Amino acid sequence: MTVKELVLGPAALTTREIGLRELEDDIYRPLESFPTARWWGAISVTGALAGVFVLCVWITVTQGIGTWGNNNPVGWGWAIVNFVFWIGIGHAGTLISAILFLLRQKWRTGIARFAEAMTIFAVICALQFPLIHTGRPWLAMFWLIPYPNDQGIYQNFRSPLMWDVFAVGTYGLVSFMFWFTGLIPDFAIARDRAKNSLRKLIYGLLSLGWTGSNRAWTHYERAYLLFAGLSTPLVLSVHSVVSFDFAVSIIPGWHTTIFPPYFVAGAIFSGFAMVSTLIIILRKMFRLQHVITDNHLAVMNKIIIATSLMVGYAYAVELFMAWYGGIAVERYAFMNRALGPFAWAYWTMVLCNVAAPQLLWFRRIRRSALLMYPVVILVNVGMWFERFVIVVTSLHRDYLPASWDYFKPTWIDAGLLAGSVGLFLTLMLLFCRFLPTISTAELKAVMPAAQPSHGEHHG
Amino acid sequence: MAEPRKKALGVVGLYDDVDTLVRAAEQIRDAGHPEWDCHTPYPVHGLDRAMGLRPSVVPYVTLTAGLVGFLTAVVLTGGLSVFQYPIRIGGKALFSWQAFVPIYFELFVLFAALATMASVIWFCRLGRWHSPLHDSGVMSEVVSDRFAITLVATDECHTEDHLRKMLLDAGCRDIRPLVQFEEEDDSIL
Repeated sequence: MTVKELVLGPAALTTREIGLRELEDDIYRPLESFPTARWWGAISVTGALAGVFVLCVWITVTQGIGTWGNNNPVGWGWAIVNFVFWIGIGHAGTLISAILFLLRQKWRTGIARFAEAMTIFAVICALQFPLIHTGRPWLAMFWLIPYPNDQGIYQNFRSPLMWDVFAVGTYGLVSFMFWFTGLIPDFAIARDRAKNSLRKLIYGLLSLGWTGSNRAWTHYERAYLLFAGLSTPLVLSVHSVVSFDFAVSIIPGWHTTIFPPYFVAGAIFSGFAMVSTLIIILRKMFRLQHVITDNHLAVMNKIIIATSLMVGYAYAVELFMAWYGGIAVERYAFMNRALGPFAWAYWTMVLCNVAAPQLLWFRRIRRSALLMYPVVILVNVGMWFERFVIVVTSLHRDYLPASWDYFKPTWIDAGLLAGSVGLFLTLMLLFCRFLPTISTAELKAVMPAAQPSHGEHHG
Repeated sequence: MAEPRKKALGVVGLYDDVDTLVRAAEQIRDAGHPEWDCHTPYPVHGLDRAMGLRPSVVPYVTLTAGLVGFLTAVVLTGGLSVFQYPIRIGGKALFSWQAFVPIYFELFVLFAALATMASVIWFCRLGRWHSPLHDSGVMSEVVSDRFAITLVATDECHTEDHLRKMLLDAGCRDIRPLVQFEEEDDSIL
């Protein structure tokens, strides 16, 4: 079997010959059976964690940002670290659903829906942090959205924070619409499989009355392609704009032109690690190993290696430019990163993001869910530390030594981070239980013998 | 609930094989029947041509909406920064368009995507929760793994027997009547 066949051929889609009806049964089984004890166990843990999130938000809102570890030089603490972390996680979803769709990578079909759902939930988690960081989230929308008001005061569109509002807002909405459009034909399948009338009603409403008419498919397919085309530059713009929050400032360690591509590569890197982390559990939980195969994991691992190298290259270039640029504060900022009080965080980041993924060069590790699992977990940790290093080490020693300080998080900070993980996983578990986790109609279309034999030239 | 009265609309033919479906669609296209459609569980390559459908107009809608979004962004950022609330920062021009490029781009994408979503609903004729395919009892097969061609009897010339013969000629082995329930139905389902 050639490499091309391995990645694009039918072997990558399913591990064995499977009929359309049987495939559908496998995908819809979780929706149509009573939740297992394992699912209840998982959701009670994640639900409790989400409860911790609500508690910590409550404390933050009632008592103020003083409950966090933020101090005078470190005005952006874990809230912004977590924001960038979650936004980054989402990027793999759009990459898989849009960019790989345009590149006609058929293997993406098995994991696209799941990754897109991950994008939406990650954006939901990300949005919490800047909102609660404003201190009065119920007023934040009035500060962020330009609307005609009594005071005649408006936003400054030269501010990267304003660009961020538009970029992240657009990203969230477009990702949702793309995801929902993909779900319409699959809701129709759920509707017509439904045995009880409530289920039929709910999925029927969500399906918007889809009948599989070819006069509809022709517009639908074109619209789907357009969504992919719009999402592709969008996903590249979002993390670029997030990186402008830093790069447009004059803080040493932030003010660099490498930030946009470096952030985008890092986002894809962390996103793929998160997809692998979750999908390995999912396919085990719902017995979908024949649809989400080891080939899928292997291909994702290759993307992880590639992006790990890009991120490692960016770390090296940053150090080189700090030295080569010859600006004293810039040099100091990077010396301080690697050797200062937060050196432990810097080297954790390098170990997790650059060293650990190199294990995936070994075919045995790349193709084994068990062996690759520690690696992707380390990447998740490492990418959180990358944002911690960027935000905290740059701020804690700025231009004026008199204002230098160390940063110590409080338990509220920790609770918000752990709680956001709980919120994210709870949403994922609900998604797996109530929506088709694999784009069934799209997967059927790429199965062997699904297309007319004289239609090969459509490619 | 009483058995609803059924109104005959035409015939529906079911196919198991995608090649036969495409050939049948070509035959019916050439016969020139006024009201017909194919229903498939997934998009079938080449079926658009076999049915003689024109290319979708959705891209024009998307582009137009995107340009409207772009102009909105130009007016929003320029209008607020120059007229409504001018702030001089570091002696920079009030209309510093370079700083607004991210907003231009994001609103282009946002408007284009909203219009694409609306186009899906409009052009795919979604939001009609009732379909004769449900009443004829073939929907669950069609969304799952079979293909259907529906022929609607539009006038006296197209009797059900005539339509059946058309489908038989087009290689169909499973032909059923296409019906619609006649009760006054004001619920959405």
